[in-house]
Parts: sequence; C-alpha cells; structure tokens
Amino acid sequence: MFYRYLIRINNLTKRYEKLTAVDNLSLDIEQGEVFGLLGQNGAGKTTVIHMLATLLKPTSGSATVNNFDIQKDPSKVRTSIGIVFQVPSSDDLLTGYENLQIHAMLYGVDPNIREKRIQDAFELVGLTDRKDDQVKKYSGGMRRRLEIARGLIHSPKVLFLDEPTLGLDPSSRETMWKYIQQLVKQEKLTIILTTHYMEEADMLCNRIGIMDKGKIIALDTPKNLKLMLGGDVVKLKLKKHDSDTMVLKNLSCVKKMGSLEGYVILGVDDAKKNIPEILKHVEAESVEYSSPTLSDVFLKLTGKNIKEQAEGGFLERYVQYDKN
Amino acid sequence: MYNMTRIRVYSDKIYALWLREVKVFFREKSRLVASTFTPLLWLFVIGSGFSSSTSVTHSIDYQKFIFPGIICMSVVFSAVFFGSYIIWDRKFDFLKSVMVAPVSRSTIFTGKAFGGMTNSLIQVSILLVVGLIIGVQFSPLALVQTVVIVLLLSFALTSLGLTLGSYMTSLEGFQMIISFVVFPLFFLSGALFPIDKLPQWLSVLTTVDPVTYAVDALRNIILGIGSHSLGLDLLVLLIYSCVLGALGTYSFRRMKAV
Repeated sequence: MFYRYLIRINNLTKRYEKLTAVDNLSLDIEQGEVFGLLGQNGAGKTTVIHMLATLLKPTSGSATVNNFDIQKDPSKVRTSIGIVFQVPSSDDLLTGYENLQIHAMLYGVDPNIREKRIQDAFELVGLTDRKDDQVKKYSGGMRRRLEIARGLIHSPKVLFLDEPTLGLDPSSRETMWKYIQQLVKQEKLTIILTTHYMEEADMLCNRIGIMDKGKIIALDTPKNLKLMLGGDVVKLKLKKHDSDTMVLKNLSCVKKMGSLEGYVILGVDDAKKNIPEILKHVEAESVEYSSPTLSDVFLKLTGKNIKEQAEGGFLERYVQYDKN
Repeated sequence: MYNMTRIRVYSDKIYALWLREVKVFFREKSRLVASTFTPLLWLFVIGSGFSSSTSVTHSIDYQKFIFPGIICMSVVFSAVFFGSYIIWDRKFDFLKSVMVAPVSRSTIFTGKAFGGMTNSLIQVSILLVVGLIIGVQFSPLALVQTVVIVLLLSFALTSLGLTLGSYMTSLEGFQMIISFVVFPLFFLSGALFPIDKLPQWLSVLTTVDPVTYAVDALRNIILGIGSHSLGLDLLVLLIYSCVLGALGTYSFRRMKAV
C-alpha cells in the first residue's frame, strides 16, 4: 500500500516531571524522504525517535508510522521500522552473523529467505568478510554499519538513525555517509536521522527540521534554510570607504549591507558570480566571501553555537551583528 | 496453516532469545569457570572439613549429605545471577534492541527464563559427574527426577532474578542481591544441615525458602532421606514457579524500555 505520508506526527508531547522534552510537535514525513532532525544534545531528537519507535509513551498527542498508530498498534509499527540507536546495541560476544540471525528470527523473517536477507544486508554495509568475527573485534565504524545491517534485516519501510556517526573519527564518518547515501539509492527507504553535525544533515538530508527545546523551529530543505540568511556574505576592505559604500548601496546584487571593524559586509545572492561585478564599481584592498552553512542558520535561529568548538569566522559574527 | 505459521514464528523468537543466552554463556569463560568452581569448593572444603567432626547426618557421610544442597546452591547462584544480569543487557542496550522488535514482553521473559534454566542445567551436569566421582549413585529414574527438580527451581529463581533485575537501573544493586537474596536463600535452605530440629525462628525462615524444598526433594531422590515427602516438595516448588513466573512476566511488562 502506498501512502504519501509514511509518518504523521500530531501534537506529540513528552513531559517529564520538570522538563518538557518534546513540546507539541507536529510533522509529516513523506515516503522516500531522508529527513534530518537537527539540534543540540537535549533538544528532544532522541525522545521523538523513541516515541515513534514505541519505546516511550507520549504524554499527549499521537503519531502514525506506516499508517499504524504508535500507541494502538505498536507491534505493527515495530515491524515497519528499523532503528540504529545512538549507542551500538549488538551483542559483543556474538559474531556479526549471529547478531543478524537472531534479529531476523525476532522479526519473524521468513526462514526461506532469511539467509539471503542476511547475506544481502552484510553486502550492503560492506562487512561480508567480517561477518564471522565477534563484534568485540569490530571498530566503532564497523559496529555502526552492523547496526544498520541489523536494522534492515526485515525490510522495514523506515529506518531511524539516531546520531549515526556520533563518536566516529572523521574518516569512519565519511565511510558511514557513503554507505547511507548508497542505502538511499538502492533501497526504497524513508530515513529519519538525528544529528548535531550540521554538515552531516546538509549532505544527507532532503529536508531538515531544526529542533530546539522540544520544538521544531525551522523546517525546510537545506538549501532554503541557508537562503534564510540572505545568500552569501562578502567582506570587503574598501580603499575609499565612505564614497564606495554609497556606490555599493545602489548595486542591485547587494541585498544587505553592514559594517564590522572597518570592513564592509555585504549580503549577496551568488558571490562567485557577483564579486567581479562589485569590483567593477569599487576598489577593494581585500575581498573575502563565505557561503552560509547550516551552523550559521542554527546560530541565527537559536542564538546558540552548535559546533563543539566555536570557529568564530566573520560570517558568524555577521550573523550575530545582523540580529542585533 | 495460518496458526502453524504463527506458532513457528513464536517459537523462532523464543529460540532466538534462548540461543543468544546459551552462546553468551559458553563464551563468557570466566563466569563459567567461577560459577562451577564455587560449589566444588564448598563440596570439597566444607564437605570434607565437617565430615570428620559432624554426626548429625543420619549416619551418612557429611560430604554426601550436603551434595544435594550443593547442587541447589549451584542453581541458586546461577539462576539468580543470570536473571539479574539483565541489568547488563540494559546497560549495553542489547535489551533495547530486543524491546524495539515485534516481540512481546512475555516472550522475552520466556526466552530469558529458558536461557537461565539451560545454564543451571549445564552447571548441575558438571556437579553430577563430580558426584559420581565422590561415590554418589543415581538410578536413571533419580537422574530424570533430579533434572525436573533442578529445572523447576531454576525457573523459579531465574524469574526472581529477572524480576529484581527489571526494577534495577544500576549495577550497584547487584551486590544487594548477593547479600540479601542469594546468600539467605542458600543458607536458610538446609543445604548444609538437617532441618528437623531447628529453633523456632530459623524453622519459620527455612519453611518459606523455596530452595528448602528443592534440597529436600533431591535428598529424597539421591540419598533416600528427606523431611517432607517428595510430592509435597514438588507441589511447593510448582507453586513457587507459578507465582515467581507470573511476577516476572508482570515486571517485564511494566519495565521501561528507555
């Protein structure tokens, strides 16, 4: 059966004694989307996933997954989903193969196709040659990939990836991205992933919901989210500051203007194309430009820096300046 | 046909959970060695040590007298520990991955309980071989009866362990279980002494301890001595199994997944 929306969330709320982890969240996710929930730790992303996966009871509100109600029909919801938890949950003492075999049985995968499913899953995540090793001998990245294979063993409609690259080194992270992208291409899957890595969301997702304090505060494609900041930012040191500033004001390609520490900061739609045009009209000692990233969008929306280490580029300062 | 498929799927799920427990049991070598060694220590050190100076035991050698008690001891330790090991499963999130599968909580409980019973049975088998070495003799019937008693006791105590484990969130609770559950169950069972002439207060405690009935049953079966009839022992063990099994299933149903 084909439904346009594979997941429909209606005013979903999870309240603990003092904390509202998820606050009246409503969201529809279409079949075939790769949807990203982006936010800092504690924003409520994992709580949403846990509720959709029927592991946690909502305080109020409702949701359907694959057209099954998460509270009335949890068993069918569970059959419809695969999930990769934040912390790998495979059994260390078992081999990769045994982990998949046991899960295939738990999900009631038809015994006649069980072996084939297991082989396919291993191939998909590139672990075929390691399938008979105990999981304790796997690297962090391999464990995550095994989790993905396990999540796919029963051919689910939706795959939840909760922080799929948390704690991985940069090269394992890139490998992981490669596999996820391949997954999207090969399997007709809807994927929901949570992350606090902006580049990850940007690279993998068709659509992103930015979460803060249990609410979705922005929901759009990565491209449109970035356009919210008014396109690219150009930073100029002008030779004749005052008169040239006047000239710049009248250029059609300049959407926004400000100044910062003796520099002129311009909001421009397409910097690569428009910088030559700008330089025809003014003389500059130095030119720099930067395209906004999702980090900048996040910073602008929440006033918080999502990155573990603040990079403090001029763009971020510009965003802050623009806000005041 | 539809029903057959359903039964097949259901038994597959229990088999899968059981298989995992058995594989882990054999691979955790240190746990296996330690839990086999402790009863042997009791049997040989306490057993031989008291043999020379104790004459309370129906004119049977003390070491042989405590042999049924040591079998039960091995079941008490393996079953309660196995059950409460579920704390680790939760800590390492394996349990979460099972709970997110379309498997009912009572099925998870059953699979776990079967795993615990298998563990106990394997350890008891080792002890039975040791028993042959020290000169305890069994008829084939006695062997079958012993297995039945061991499985019943193990089911009851695995259920108890799983129940306790399902309410605990930290590993610190483990020590509490050893001090307040495992040791009392063992010491109060009469595994090491006859229960006929105990002071009143102690007698009350041994009467409510389910292990008492397993020890008594095995003494009946293996040594031909016992304080109760084998039928009564079996009946009490059955009641305990049902009650603790039901309690465990209930606890699993209300256990939080995350």
